[in-house]
Amino acid sequence: MDNTGKILEEKIYDEFNVLKLREQFPILNQTVNGKPLIYLDNAATNQKPLSVINSISNYYETINSNVHRGLHTLSERATEAYEGSREKVREFINAKSTNEIVFVRGTTEGVNLVASTFGKVNVKEGDEIIVTEMEHHSNLVPWQNLCREKNAVLKYIPVNDEGELILDDLEKLITEKTKFISVVYISNTLGTINPIKKIIETAHRHNVPVMLDAAQAAPHLKIDVQDLDCDFLAFSGHKIYGPTGIGVLYAKEKFLEEMPPYQFGGEMIKSVSYEQTVYNDLPYKFEAGTPNISGAISLGAAIDFINSTGLEVIADQEKKLFDHAMKRMNEMGGIRFIGTAKEKASVISFLLEGIHPYDTGSILDNLGIAVRTGFHCTQPLIEQKYKLPGTVRASFAVYNTTEEIDIFAEGLKKVKQMLG
Amino acid sequence: MNKSIKELEEEIIEEFSLFDDWMGKYEYIIELGKNLPLIDPKFKTEEFKVKGCQSQVWLSSEMKDGKLFYYADSDAVITKGIISLLIRVLSGHKPGEISEADMNFINKIGLKEHLSPNRANGLTAMINYMKKYAAAYAEQNVN
Ligand SMILES: Cc1ncc(COP(=O)(O)O)c(C=O)c1O
Repeated sequence: MDNTGKILEEKIYDEFNVLKLREQFPILNQTVNGKPLIYLDNAATNQKPLSVINSISNYYETINSNVHRGLHTLSERATEAYEGSREKVREFINAKSTNEIVFVRGTTEGVNLVASTFGKVNVKEGDEIIVTEMEHHSNLVPWQNLCREKNAVLKYIPVNDEGELILDDLEKLITEKTKFISVVYISNTLGTINPIKKIIETAHRHNVPVMLDAAQAAPHLKIDVQDLDCDFLAFSGHKIYGPTGIGVLYAKEKFLEEMPPYQFGGEMIKSVSYEQTVYNDLPYKFEAGTPNISGAISLGAAIDFINSTGLEVIADQEKKLFDHAMKRMNEMGGIRFIGTAKEKASVISFLLEGIHPYDTGSILDNLGIAVRTGFHCTQPLIEQKYKLPGTVRASFAVYNTTEEIDIFAEGLKKVKQMLG
Repeated sequence: MNKSIKELEEEIIEEFSLFDDWMGKYEYIIELGKNLPLIDPKFKTEEFKVKGCQSQVWLSSEMKDGKLFYYADSDAVITKGIISLLIRVLSGHKPGEISEADMNFINKIGLKEHLSPNRANGLTAMINYMKKYAAAYAEQNVN
């Protein structure tokens, strides 16, 4: 039976959906250097739908006022919206309670908060912290700094040539001195989806708490903190179609109860006298000062966008784009891929053989194609581990199309032709 | 009689005016990059690295008959091409002339606009290095 018609129909249906979805992203509809913008730097930050953009102006146009403070109606409305977002976040990652959801600036602040509260209290001289060789600087430098301050030791779970964690020796890596493990869920450079459940189970057998850097995981897969049983987790709003300057730290309530505050001031107090202060309940104990109210509210709008689009639809579309790009790039040849793990998200790090990543990036930019070049905030991984000058990274989001991938592939051919 | 820095700048501006889009200009820069004479490998060390560039750049210099000559290399071809323009303009002149050059041709050919901010910073760093060398030699001469 000839089913071309059916396939064609499905294709049109698919493309139709993407094109319809793109209408919600006004920024995509522009030219750069005289060429239509093709935005393939989604792992750095993705673009925002109108619902998110509008939620910010809507907040300032209708309910702007400080939260948790006034008795007046506007303040109550702002508080309701702000706390409503916290509930959306709780549901998004399936936390037990909103007490476990702390609004922060982003993943970086989430990690810093844990390092300088939990870390400060629990890590002593000679103790050990474990991260992986593929950490983003924001889940590496805070621990490095803590270890330096405390004379503690930072240990690394090694990475193999494919960009997968080598977990064979994890049992041996964990000792009585190990106080904390912090691991990236999905690598922003390699795209590897790490077997974090295995790491968490192993760590918990040794009573070591685990933090997940979920910056790249949150936009791509369903996070269930209870199922994962992670102790801490952080992600950024701007990588899940939300605004910059807002992110989330999740932590199990028992840890948040034990931890000292991160910053001090208004909001985080219950009562203050000249002599002493009683700290506020969770999660406010960790939210000193006027928070990023509009940011938190539009983070809620971003979660609404993800829910209404469907994380599965998003994952499917990204998988389709990833497969298409890999097919086109493999056909082309002369490309070295960095990160070829079996479990991968829609991130492709590569080098055109014999061509410097900056040269590739410059030509692509001139063709209107936005990719990232360099170390991707994982300098030790690129420079020390893989001995490379950097890589070119293309990363896809739900609004990208297979036509864009084709133009990207043509762009790579042009680069090879010019520089090869 | 050798051409002055100003004359060389004018020459480059004219060459670039022949291209009507940036792809053509890039192709030309890449060609220049491929033709840049390589630096002696002994200078490819940390000491001769230009800091502030995202790609690796090495720069050395030499005085001959009161004139300053530059040699450079980079692991990125476009960077190399851009450096070769700088060398073409500045190399072989008196240190005093070099430190006074305004390098206006860079704006005139629209180079900076077409570089990523990282690259534009690198370009500024490179010019500063070249001028620093020149200033150092100029001072030596006075003393
Ligand atoms: C894996 C990973 N971790 C952490 C971060 C840091 O996120 P942010 O800069 O939003 O704090 C990023 C984003 O660049 C990332 O990709």
